[in-house]
Amino acid sequence: MTPVAALGDGTRLAIFELLAQGPSAVGELASQLPVSRPAVSQHLKVLKEAGLVIDRAEGTRRLYQLDPSGLAELKAYFDRFWNYALVSFKTAVEREK
Amino acid sequence: MSAQITDTAVQASVVVDAPIDKAFTVFTTDIGTWWPPEHHILEGELAEMIFEPRVGGHVYDRATNGNECHWARVLVYEPPTRIVFSWDISLQWQLEPDQERTSEIEVRFIAESPDRTRVELEHRKLDRHGDGWESMRDAVGSPEGWTVGLMRFAEQAAS
Repeated sequence: MTPVAALGDGTRLAIFELLAQGPSAVGELASQLPVSRPAVSQHLKVLKEAGLVIDRAEGTRRLYQLDPSGLAELKAYFDRFWNYALVSFKTAVEREK
Repeated sequence: MSAQITDTAVQASVVVDAPIDKAFTVFTTDIGTWWPPEHHILEGELAEMIFEPRVGGHVYDRATNGNECHWARVLVYEPPTRIVFSWDISLQWQLEPDQERTSEIEVRFIAESPDRTRVELEHRKLDRHGDGWESMRDAVGSPEGWTVGLMRFAEQAAS
């Protein structure tokens, strides 16, 4: 799944925004969201596959954090930007008859 | 309008109801008529955007107070089918003086009929901007803001 598609889901976007504040474990995320812990795990898996999130073991816990290289997020940003710009371009070019 | 993503590039395309020459002219010379107005890093109020139609030229913004912001170099200029220009803006949302840390955008214009043109865009070498996306995200706001803007433009285009 692309980063944009991954963030198209409201719960995943909420998880992503929480992780933007710092690394977190599944249980901590679940306690701040109206969804179950297994559901959070499933969403984290999608975010990880989309390249937005990485995980690491810390003691007995598994911590999730945003991918520090941010490349997937940068791509998501430009993906949105160019679609937005091209729609604006289409409007302009078709207006100038 | 559609988009897909490869490793270090994003692609987007659009089909416009206009001849290829006009699509090319509006994209380049008339860039100021469609460039998202909130996307300028210029100091001062925007007066105009200039796309210099030659290899080695610049794309730049000019403010009413005379300030200029040269944020792209024209790398390929082949009217009416192809242009390539650089993206000389850093993840800190400042002009990037180091060309090794800039990405590039290729735009191809393909005539589907005398009155219809497909525009294919690729923004590539994004990895050359390096790390530090978080500062840019803070500067441009959340992904939700974009989604709203995109929907607003899509509605306008369809009306």
